[in-house]
Amino acid sequence: MEQIIAIVCGAMLAASFYLLMRRSLLRFVIGLILLSNGVNLVIFTMGRLTRAQPPVIPKEAKVPPEPFANPLPQALILTAIVISFGLLAFTLVLVYRYFAAGQSIESDEVHSSEPSETLEVDEAPRRLPA
Amino acid sequence: MNTLLVLPIIVPAITGMFALLARSSRGLQRAISVVGATVLLGSGAAVIYQVQAHGILAVQMGDWPAPYGITLVADPLSAGLLAITGFVALAVTVYSLAGIDEMREKYGFHPLFHLLLMGINGAFITGDIFNLYVWYEVLLIASFALLVLGNEEEQLDGAVKYVGINLIASASFLTAIGLLYGLTGTLNMADLAGSMGPVREVGLEPVVAMLFLVGFGIKAALFPLYYWLPASYHTPPAPIAAVFAGLLTKVGIYSILRVFTLLFPEPSGYTQAVLLIVAGATMLLGVFGALVQRHVLRLLAFLVISAMGYVVMGLGFFTTLGLAGAIFYVFQDVPVKTSLFLIGGLMERETGTSQVGRMGGLYEHRPLLATAFIVPAFSLAGFPPFPGFWGKLTLIQAGLAQERWIIVAVALLVGLLTLLVVAQVWGRAFWQSPELEDQEHFGAGDSWGVRTMLQGPVAVLAVALFALGCYAEPLFSFAHEAAVHLTDTGPYIQAVLGG
Repeated sequence: MEQIIAIVCGAMLAASFYLLMRRSLLRFVIGLILLSNGVNLVIFTMGRLTRAQPPVIPKEAKVPPEPFANPLPQALILTAIVISFGLLAFTLVLVYRYFAAGQSIESDEVHSSEPSETLEVDEAPRRLPA
Repeated sequence: MNTLLVLPIIVPAITGMFALLARSSRGLQRAISVVGATVLLGSGAAVIYQVQAHGILAVQMGDWPAPYGITLVADPLSAGLLAITGFVALAVTVYSLAGIDEMREKYGFHPLFHLLLMGINGAFITGDIFNLYVWYEVLLIASFALLVLGNEEEQLDGAVKYVGINLIASASFLTAIGLLYGLTGTLNMADLAGSMGPVREVGLEPVVAMLFLVGFGIKAALFPLYYWLPASYHTPPAPIAAVFAGLLTKVGIYSILRVFTLLFPEPSGYTQAVLLIVAGATMLLGVFGALVQRHVLRLLAFLVISAMGYVVMGLGFFTTLGLAGAIFYVFQDVPVKTSLFLIGGLMERETGTSQVGRMGGLYEHRPLLATAFIVPAFSLAGFPPFPGFWGKLTLIQAGLAQERWIIVAVALLVGLLTLLVVAQVWGRAFWQSPELEDQEHFGAGDSWGVRTMLQGPVAVLAVALFALGCYAEPLFSFAHEAAVHLTDTGPYIQAVLGG
């Protein structure tokens, strides 16, 4: 079971990296969504996978019967999902705002914060005051 | 029980909330912001005093015993960073009263600023690695909002890059946490330090270390992951850029220092080689970038990158002296970078241009500003008697002690090139006679009060740095103590886990 999920994780991460490297910002955002889900799946798998064995402690027992999955990774994932949901919502709005301002979502055209500068050759004759 | 440690987190949280409630009254919001920053500085000073008096402090949240609950820990490194954060936060808050326009204040500059401080302080003080991730997200979302506040196209452009790369960094960090938890069953950093056995057995130690290095390295702007920084840091107004440059990269570097000394105390040659190569490349490429920049804040942004290389170099030596140098360098770099960005903002404001070559005449018209520029700028270049000199001296001594000639040579060369960059700015912006059309900006009608709020913090930072440079002994011995606690983690682990 773990092996299959591990392959799924790998495939998801590979797909997300492919999308992250595309030129369209929208694909980039979809890549981020896949990335965060892939990472969550990795954490989930690291908590060990058991089927039909909830980690519930029966009466008169101190620990749940073996084998049981560790419930903490699921709590971690829940936190991570909430956080990444908020951040991705922000990212989507940001990309939309950027599109509204510049009319483009091609990442090649994202350079208004780093304009290419022409070399100023006329600076040379200006000297420091002696 | 030591509830003092909660203050650096809860003070900005409360300040932010009250500032949000006082949204309709600009004056009240400003007053709350300044009072909050002052109390924050006070609580940082109290933490550092307590740590000096009683050693490492730890408090278990909700009284859950150590490896299960969340622990807050203040060792000398954390305490020093908390106090310095309080100091520069107050300086930036005062500067922002005049340096932030009314529209940005209305849209929530003050609450966001304090929430950012909460995230930064939380990251410095937490002893739980998943909690560290949560604080990272707190400071990230606050920094995203601050970066786009104002909604200019340039800002949105910078923010797209900043947000995208930081989300990838978080994913890398989170994967590392997941792997660690799956193999060790604990998230408490002190507990992790003692239970790294299974990770080493399955050979995942370098994998986890590199995932952490990528995650933190993106935030700390290390080679080759720094391209987002010069693309975004110059876009927001100067006070926001100043707090980003002064503090955000330092959170990344703090996490690297903490995680690598606690979880990977005996690095393989591979990890050490990677760290030293990254350090050298970061220093060199940062300063090369700065050499060709003409835009004042972008030039400073490249210098931020270059300085991070020195700190990683100190870590890469894995000796107490190297760490002491690295920690001293971080301590003095926070006020240096903050004041340089604040001064950069003032230079733009006084001359009406952001191109260094078009400025000129600042020395003649603004002698005070010119003096305030010299201190952080030449500290950055490592000129005695400014504090940067002592940091670099210690780092280079540590390198020589280990006979690592190449990285030492790179560090010295970068120091020289930084001096060249700084001297260029000095020559062009301060000494060069101004173009006639720019002359009119010098008188531009700032009232006396506005001028005090803008120049006061810069002057205070400059005086503090100068004093620190002339009398570096107390801070250096404090940094050395912090380094001892990083190399000998016994007291840290004992403070968290108890007896």
